[in-house]
This record gives sequence, C-alpha cells and structure tokens, in this order.
Amino acid sequence: MGKETSLITSSVGQKLLMALSGFFLCSFLLLHLTINLFLFGRDGGATFDTYAEFMATYPLIRPLEIVLFAGFLLHAFVGTVLWVANRRARPVRYAVTKPGETSTLASRVAFITGAFVFVFLVVHVNTFFVTSRFFPTGATMFHMVRDAFRNPWYDAFYIAALGFLGYHLKHGFASAFQTLGLRNTRYENLIDAVSVIFWLLIPVCFAAIPLYFLWLS
Amino acid sequence: MSGTMTISLKVWRQRDSDSEGRFVDYVLSDVSPDMSFLEMLDLLNLELVRKGDDAIAFDHDCREGICGTCSLYINGRAHGPLKGVTACQLHMRTFHDGESITVEPWRAKPFPIIKDLVVDRSAFDRIMAAGGFVSVHTGGAPDANTILIAKETAEEAMDAAACIGCGACVAACKNGSAMLFVAAKVSQLALLPQGQAERKARVEAMLAQMDAEGFGACSNTYACEAECPKQISVSHIARLNREYLRAKLA
Repeated sequence: MGKETSLITSSVGQKLLMALSGFFLCSFLLLHLTINLFLFGRDGGATFDTYAEFMATYPLIRPLEIVLFAGFLLHAFVGTVLWVANRRARPVRYAVTKPGETSTLASRVAFITGAFVFVFLVVHVNTFFVTSRFFPTGATMFHMVRDAFRNPWYDAFYIAALGFLGYHLKHGFASAFQTLGLRNTRYENLIDAVSVIFWLLIPVCFAAIPLYFLWLS
Repeated sequence: MSGTMTISLKVWRQRDSDSEGRFVDYVLSDVSPDMSFLEMLDLLNLELVRKGDDAIAFDHDCREGICGTCSLYINGRAHGPLKGVTACQLHMRTFHDGESITVEPWRAKPFPIIKDLVVDRSAFDRIMAAGGFVSVHTGGAPDANTILIAKETAEEAMDAAACIGCGACVAACKNGSAMLFVAAKVSQLALLPQGQAERKARVEAMLAQMDAEGFGACSNTYACEAECPKQISVSHIARLNREYLRAKLA
C-alpha cells in the first residue's frame, strides 16, 4: 500500500477543491445579497451607496477581491478539468440511456449550468465592477444599478442567469456536503432544508431587484 | 405454445477488443416469461449455434445474484429496469410481448470490451490489490465476542461488504466513476477493528489506483446507488471522502 495521491491532482482532491471553493462562493453570494437588499430602501440608495463606497475604498477589501476572483477561477477551472476527465472515462456512449430514472437533471447538468453562470458573471462584473472601478462615470452605484435594470433585455438576461445559478446550486450546495464527507442520514434533511435557501430563496431575492427597478421606471 | 413471448433484440456484437462493434437485430420467439434474462440469451445462442452463427458472448457465473459476473446494460439501465437485482435475476415477465430490448456492454474506458457483451473488469481487481485487504496477521477465527463491535457498526460494515464488484456503479455513472465500489471496500474495512492499522494507506492506495485506471470523478448524481444490485448506499462515498481527508490532514 505504498501509492499516494495528491490533493491537487487526484479526482477526490479536485472534488474537495470544488466543494470548498463552492462554499466560499456561496458565502459571498449571501454577503452580496445582504448589501443588495439595501437597494429596496426608501432613501434614494444612500445606504446602499455607503456600502458600495466602503467596498470600493476600504483597504482590506482589495485583497479579499483578489481571493474572491481566485475562488471563482479555481471553481471554474477545476470544474472544467473534472468535466474533461469525466468525458474521457466514457469514450463510447450508450445507444440507449435513461438517466432520468436514476438521477436528477440538476445533478447531471451542473457543468452546463455552471458554464452559463460563468458567462453571466463576465457580463455582470463588466457592467458594474469594472465600470465603477476602472471607468468611473461619476454616477453612484445605486444609479448604475437603477439604469442598468431599466433595460428589460438586461433584466431578462439577469433573471435567466439567476435561474441557472439556482439550478446549479440545487445540486451543488448539498453535493458539497457529500464531497466533504458531511452528509449522512442524520444530517441530510437539514442540509436539504438549508439548500433551499441557497438554490431558491437567494436567487429569487436577487431576481426581485431588476423587477423592482423595472416596476419603478 | 401458449403463454410465451416474442421479443426483438438489438445486441452489441464485437469480435474482439480491436474490432469495430455494431448492433445486430434478432427476433426471438417462444420466450417463457419465467426465464431469466440470461436464460433468454441462452435460448438465442442455441438458435444461433444451430444456424452455424457465432454465439453472443456474455458474462455469467452463479446466476443467483451473488457473484457479480453478469454485466448487461439493458434498455438504458445497468442490469435492466428493476431495482436491486442483477441481470441474472431479471425475468422476462418484466418485459411485455413484442417489446424491443437493446443490450449493451458496460461502457467505460477502464472496462475495455473483450468480446460482444463481455468487458474486462480487472481494473477492479487491481484496485483491490492496491489496498482492499488486511495485510496484518489476524490469526485464526476468533471466538465470538473476543473483539466487540457495536451491532450498528457491524451492520454498516456488512452493508458495505455486500458489494459484489459487478461494476453497475461504473456503468450507470455518467462519469464512469468507480467511487461506490471503492467506497464500499474502504468503508467496510474502515469500520472494523482489523482494518484500522492500514486505514490511511488503504484509502490513498485504492484511490490512486482508481485514478490510474482512468475512472471518472464522482459528481454526486447518485445513479450508482439507484442501480447497485446490492443497494450500497452513497453514504459510504461520504465516508470514503472523510477517510481521504483524514489520511491527508490528520
């Protein structure tokens, strides 16, 4: 029994990286939503802009941003590496398969939903983060959000992307517990209950924001 | 003959591992609903041999659901449509008269086709040889209760030990992952006192061999559990992941 594996290159090690980075991204999602909920405040966006100003200027946030981007890229890169390796493990496909009888669609399309979320993130980061940080127009973040969400096409794209995010998390959140060895019969109901917060409640709350601004306009 | 069925079969035929394979259509009459799926293939082979054709090669041994030798992907499901049975325990009454049935071999890179429906599953043997054993001297059979094991623990270890290594988990998994098989073997020994001495080395060695064979990673779709003829739970995969973390970090 002399063989050893690497945490970075072994299949289980890579799944652990996916689970840990996934949880990290979920924690960011929670923080992001918490701040975004101030958009609903009836103060013309003053509180929201205070937080946005803090996130843009506080020195400790900068290294955290780098860690966050690294987390996104790690999750996307390792996910792609695993997807390629998994496809290689079955070079000849079955003529007849009935996957719907043995597994959920969300679990089978996690890579595809993740890919859609990645495309959305590129657009989303460009719309708000890159513009405000590198090409400031003088508009406050509240006004940038309001103006962006007055475009129904952008809203449709945003809400569709949240649908993909929710479907991605429907599998991903609970799956990460299994990968970390934390899922068993004692905790699975609790994990599934908390999972609903992440795959349903959080995306619905995010989706309410563009609808709110569309309604206001 | 009354009470018999006629079925259409689409069977994967492949001369050897280097040849191109293809589906061949057969129509088989006088199939008894009480035949097992393998007995139905026996009947078809009898007809083929009588006509001077090459019999369809398929794996079989005990034909009572405990050896794990039969390995047929039937109508898009490992071991056919029933839950918790091997192909040898699948009876023709599960299908209806006139039904069309597609029979394929297990499809996975680490399970190369030898002939027709027979695949080489020695990758599982090499994983077992890497660490699926207890190499310390355990002596003769001890008296009952010499080593106390909690009933729940013994039951769980026994559930894992029920794995017959048929490969349905690999066949069913969209990634061709062998995680349920490896998890059952690691879990069984991790739960029992005799397995403790080599606990860390075992999980490392078996997973290293699993990766070296080219099996895919686990996406937690749990198709393996749904198709496992011995109903091995994916909770053993969670334990395997814990064992791996323990080996790496503790």
